[in-house]
Amino acid sequence: MSGFLGYLLQRIVGVMVTVLFVAITIFLMVRVLPGDPARVIAGVLASEQDVERIRAQLGLDQPLPVQAGIFLRDLVQGDLGVSARTSSPVVEEIGARLPATLALAAAGMLMAIAIGVPLGAWAAARAGSLGDVLVSTLVLFGISLPVYWLGLMLIILFSIRLRWLPAAGAEGPLSLILPAVTLAAFSVAFIARITRSSMLEVLRQDYVRTAHAKGVRRTTVEWRHALRNALPPVVTVIGLQFGELLGGAILTETVFGWPGLGRLLVDSIFARDYPMVQGLVIVFAAMFAIVNLLVDLTYERIDPRVRYG
Amino acid sequence: MADTLRRLRRNPSAVAGTMLVGALVLAGILAPLLTPYDPAQQSLMEVLKPPSLAHPLGTDQLGRDILARLLFGARLTLFMGVFAVGVGMVIGVPLGVISGYYRGYVDMAIQRVMDLMLSFTTFLLALALVSLLGVGLTNVIVAVGISTIPRFARLVRSSVLTIREIAYVEASHAMGARDGRILWRHVLPNAFAPVIIQATLSMGATILTAAGLGFLGLGVQPPTPEWGAMLGEGRNYIFSSPYVTTFPGMAIFVAVLGFNLLGDGLRDALDPQLRGAR
Repeated sequence: MSGFLGYLLQRIVGVMVTVLFVAITIFLMVRVLPGDPARVIAGVLASEQDVERIRAQLGLDQPLPVQAGIFLRDLVQGDLGVSARTSSPVVEEIGARLPATLALAAAGMLMAIAIGVPLGAWAAARAGSLGDVLVSTLVLFGISLPVYWLGLMLIILFSIRLRWLPAAGAEGPLSLILPAVTLAAFSVAFIARITRSSMLEVLRQDYVRTAHAKGVRRTTVEWRHALRNALPPVVTVIGLQFGELLGGAILTETVFGWPGLGRLLVDSIFARDYPMVQGLVIVFAAMFAIVNLLVDLTYERIDPRVRYG
Repeated sequence: MADTLRRLRRNPSAVAGTMLVGALVLAGILAPLLTPYDPAQQSLMEVLKPPSLAHPLGTDQLGRDILARLLFGARLTLFMGVFAVGVGMVIGVPLGVISGYYRGYVDMAIQRVMDLMLSFTTFLLALALVSLLGVGLTNVIVAVGISTIPRFARLVRSSVLTIREIAYVEASHAMGARDGRILWRHVLPNAFAPVIIQATLSMGATILTAAGLGFLGLGVQPPTPEWGAMLGEGRNYIFSSPYVTTFPGMAIFVAVLGFNLLGDGLRDALDPQLRGAR
């Protein structure tokens, strides 16, 4: 067990290092790339004094190493600065919006796994059949669909025409359905595709033939013997896929007016709220890194050959 | 080569992809011949008209012909896709070659930077870059292009790692060829097929990302007929005039589908080992 604890500790440190480097990168991007945040926030009509005042307020008048020192000191203490738009702490605003994004991302991801894995496995077990071709076509459509367009089409159908579901907002579980389906579509397709190809690989193995030969029921072979062995690569991809999902969440939240981090990010970009944009990018990267850590930790449960430590 | 072409012709996915991409290219080239309208021409008398004989796909909130805007927008979509993927390839491929060929510390440094870029996630990296660089065509291409660098760098690195162990590379070394010559003449051509496949698939992903930025209002700016921006502007009228959003989205979907089909087909034809992977 101590081997596992050591591994866990090592991975947690790894996540922290990743987030730290992302933070340093976005910090440098804001300051080194062309464009003067202070001038942009002040607006075109602002006087030179106003620009200077805002620059001082943001701490941008300090030499870069000093700024970096302050930024890192605050970051380690969990302080991401103050929003240029609302003057409240960035961490507070992000905290207030985080649950909405987590709910959306979790619903989308669970839906994607619950549909994508069985769909891919089912198609692989019937490789070449009409059903398989149908699944492959659906997969191709799914990965080619612009999420923002899918969301709008679902609104037109279910909110405007049929009036079954709300078009926007986050009131009650019904309002989660359309955004979650929109967000899940790409991942359902992607996970189904990976599951199918992993499953095809496994179904060619000798032990599957042996199981068939000794008269094990076909469904048992497929779902118990094969799928279990097909899962490890799928699990890895699910973790990596979460990055795409977060990107999709930014667009989905904008389409549905979902009060999460994605919309906050887009609003902050338009408001030139650089401290907020900086903080949000760090939080998004942290979520991605943490999910991948959690995914890797489930690996052992699925594939006992993998031992940590 | 002839063999590859024959395999491509027999591959339904490659054929369908070629037809869709071909249609897209033709639409872009022939845009002025296919529609009598100017994509920027506003007409207050013709605002938000549903599809009719005069305007097959209707008109938008400023009375502009949607079909004309989609046809001229095809040029922009292809232009952004090609150049963004170009940026990703021109930077990513050399990085991958250096990484895989020299290994050691150089490799480690390059791979850590790629990891860092990946930990931003593709869309967020493009979004962050464009929000700092500012909107507009060039910045969108740069931002989206940069976000695709890791894909090429990783892919090429793994090909090169395999190729450099093959006997003929060792033979060139033994005959005294310099690194540059070996890389250029022997290693790179053999890493070519997966790069072409990846570039085609990346066209689809890049078009999605660029149009996503346009949809948010952070891409190419109006009045340019960019498909994503058309969707974003049309959003305000989905209750009364859903066709303003329906058609641009369909165009993006068909374009991305075309490149994905073609990429899958190329993979099956060029690289039988990768079949069913990805």
